[in-house]
Amino acid sequence: MSKRIDVSDLNVYYGDFLAVEDVSMTLDAKSVTAFIGPSGCGKSTFLRTLNRMHEVIPGARVEGKVLLDGDNLYADGVDPVTVRSQIGMVFQRPNPFPTMSIRDNVLAGVKLNSRRMAKSDADELVETSLRSANLWNEVKDRLGKPGSGLSGGQQQRLCIARAIAVSPDVILMDEPCSALDPISTLAIEDLINELKDEYTVVIVTHNMQQAARVSDKTAFFNIAGTGKPGRLIEFAETATIFNNPGQKSTEDYVSGRFG
Amino acid sequence: MAALMTERKRSALTRGRLPRYTPYVVAGSAIVVAAALMSLIGFNVFGWAVLSAVLFAAGNVACSALVEGRRKAMDKLATSVVAGAFLVALLPLVSVIWTVLVNGIPGLLAPGFLGTSMKGVTGTVDNASVTNHTPVLGGVYHAMLGSVLITLWATLISVPVGLLTSIYLVEYSADNKFSKVITFLVDVMTGIPSIVAGLFAAAFFGLVMGPGTKTGFVAAVALSVLMIPVVVRSSEEMLKIVPNELREAAYALGVRKWRTILKVVIPTAISGIASGVTLAIARVIGETAPLLVTAGFATQINSNVFAGWMASLPTFIYTQIMTPTSPSNPDPSAQRAWAAALLLILLVMLLNLGARLVASLFAPKTGR
Repeated sequence: MSKRIDVSDLNVYYGDFLAVEDVSMTLDAKSVTAFIGPSGCGKSTFLRTLNRMHEVIPGARVEGKVLLDGDNLYADGVDPVTVRSQIGMVFQRPNPFPTMSIRDNVLAGVKLNSRRMAKSDADELVETSLRSANLWNEVKDRLGKPGSGLSGGQQQRLCIARAIAVSPDVILMDEPCSALDPISTLAIEDLINELKDEYTVVIVTHNMQQAARVSDKTAFFNIAGTGKPGRLIEFAETATIFNNPGQKSTEDYVSGRFG
Repeated sequence: MAALMTERKRSALTRGRLPRYTPYVVAGSAIVVAAALMSLIGFNVFGWAVLSAVLFAAGNVACSALVEGRRKAMDKLATSVVAGAFLVALLPLVSVIWTVLVNGIPGLLAPGFLGTSMKGVTGTVDNASVTNHTPVLGGVYHAMLGSVLITLWATLISVPVGLLTSIYLVEYSADNKFSKVITFLVDVMTGIPSIVAGLFAAAFFGLVMGPGTKTGFVAAVALSVLMIPVVVRSSEEMLKIVPNELREAAYALGVRKWRTILKVVIPTAISGIASGVTLAIARVIGETAPLLVTAGFATQINSNVFAGWMASLPTFIYTQIMTPTSPSNPDPSAQRAWAAALLLILLVMLLNLGARLVASLFAPKTGR
C-alpha cells in the first residue's frame, strides 16, 4: 500500500499572505523524501498541504494541484477526512491521547471513527502496528497503561504506530525527532528505513545528517527574506544535494555557510 | 591531597543574622506588652490578640532592620503583611462556620428534623413545645427535597446549553463577530443580579402559563439563567486548554471534527468541565431571591416541580427568621432556621468535595 504524490504549481496562502510559492515535485512511492531548509521557509506548511492539514488554521488556502496516484486532493467535492485517512501524519511533539491507554491510542484511528472490530482483530492490529513501530517489545506487558507514561521517544513511536494502524498510503513526518534524544532518534530513523518498504514517507527535518541518512531524495526550501514566500530551490537525489548541489544557496546551506 | 579544613565554630556566612530564637522572644514580649497596654485601656481578648500580632510584626521587622539589614527586614515585613491578610480573610469564614455550627447543631439533631416537613406545625405547636420544654417539632424535608429538585432541574437545563455554547465558542466560531457578541452577553449575564433572573422567570411563565405561576420548574429556569454563564465560562476555559496537537492528531487519523470533539477534546477536558459544573451548582443552591418570586413558600412536601409551590432551604431560612411560625415564641423558628443554614453549608461543602472527587476521577490517567 503505497502511492506517489505529484505536486504541480502549488501556492499556499494564509489569508492574503503567500507562504509558499510555486512548488512542483514528484514524491515517488516507497521512497523517503526529506525537506530541509531554514526555519520559516515553508517546509512544514507545504508538508501540511499534502494531507490538507493546513486547513485547520483559519484562512489557509491553496492554489494548484496535488495528485495522489492521479487523484487531485483539491478537486471539488473531495472530503479532507478521506484524504487524511489515506495520508497519515506524525507531528513534531509526540501527542498521544492522554485519556487513552497505549492499546487505545494505537486503535484510535479505528475507534474514533467507531468502526466495529472484533477483539481478536483489534489485538492483531495493535500487535502488528506496534511491531512495525519497533515498540512492541517495550510495551507489550503494559498495553492497558496510559500512553502519556511512556518516554518521549516511545511516545513518538506510539504516534507512528497510531498513524500506521489506519493503513495509510503515505506518512508525513513533521520534524519527528526534534524533541528526542540521539538514541530515540536512531530508533525512529531505523523505523523510517523499514517503513519505506511499505509506505511513501515524507520527512521534514532540521538535521541535515538525518536527511542524508534516511532519505532517497531531498528537497531544499529557502526564503528570500521575512515576509517573502518560501520557495523550492532544489529537489534531487540526496547524494546530489549533499555532494554536488546545483544551486549556490543549497551548497551554502548544507555546508553550514548559510546566511 | 590537602587536609580537610575543620568547620569554623562561628561561620562567617551567618554573620549579621539574628539567632533562631529571636521571633519567639519578640512574640513573648509582644504578648506581655500588649497585655500591659490593654489593661490600661480596658482588657478584651480580641483587642489583645490583634495588638500582640501588630506588635510582634513591628518588633520582628525592627529587630531585623537593626541587625540584618534592609533586604531581610523587607522580607519579614512582606511575610507579616501576607500572613495578616490571610488571617483577616479567614476570620469571617471561621466566624460564620463557628456561629452556624453552634446555633445549628441542636436543631439539626432534633428528632425528625431531616425527615418531616412543616405541615401541621403551627404557632400553637411551637408555643406548646416552649411551655412544656418538649423538643421542637417540624423539619426541613420538604425544603431539602425542593432545593435538590430545583437545583437538579436547573443543572439539567444549564449544562447542555452551557456546554454546547462553549463548544461552539471554542471549536466552531473561529473568533467571528457572533462569538464576540455571545461572549459579551455571557459576561453581562454573569453580572445579572439574581433577583432579576427570578423576575425574568416569573414574568416569562406569567406570560406563557398565566399570571402567578409559581412552581419548582419556574425556579429552576431562574436558577439556570444564573448558572448558564458560569458553565459557559468554565467549560470554555477548560476546552481552550486542550492542546491543539490532540485535535490535529485526531484529524490526521481521518477522524471527523464532531467525533474529535466528542471523543478526544471533551474527554480530555471532562474533569475541569465537571468540577466547573459542580461549582456552578454550589453557587446557585444557596440563591434566595429568585426562589422567593418563583417557587413560593410551601410548608408541605411537594415532589412535583411542575405543579404547586415548592419550598427550598434558603427560602425556608428566610421565612422562619422573618415570619416566625409563632410570633410570640420565635425561638423554635430560629432554631430551625439555623439548622437549615447548617444543612445548606454542609450540602455546598459536599458538592465542593464532590467536585474534587469528580475532577480526580475523570482526570487523564498518568503512571507507567
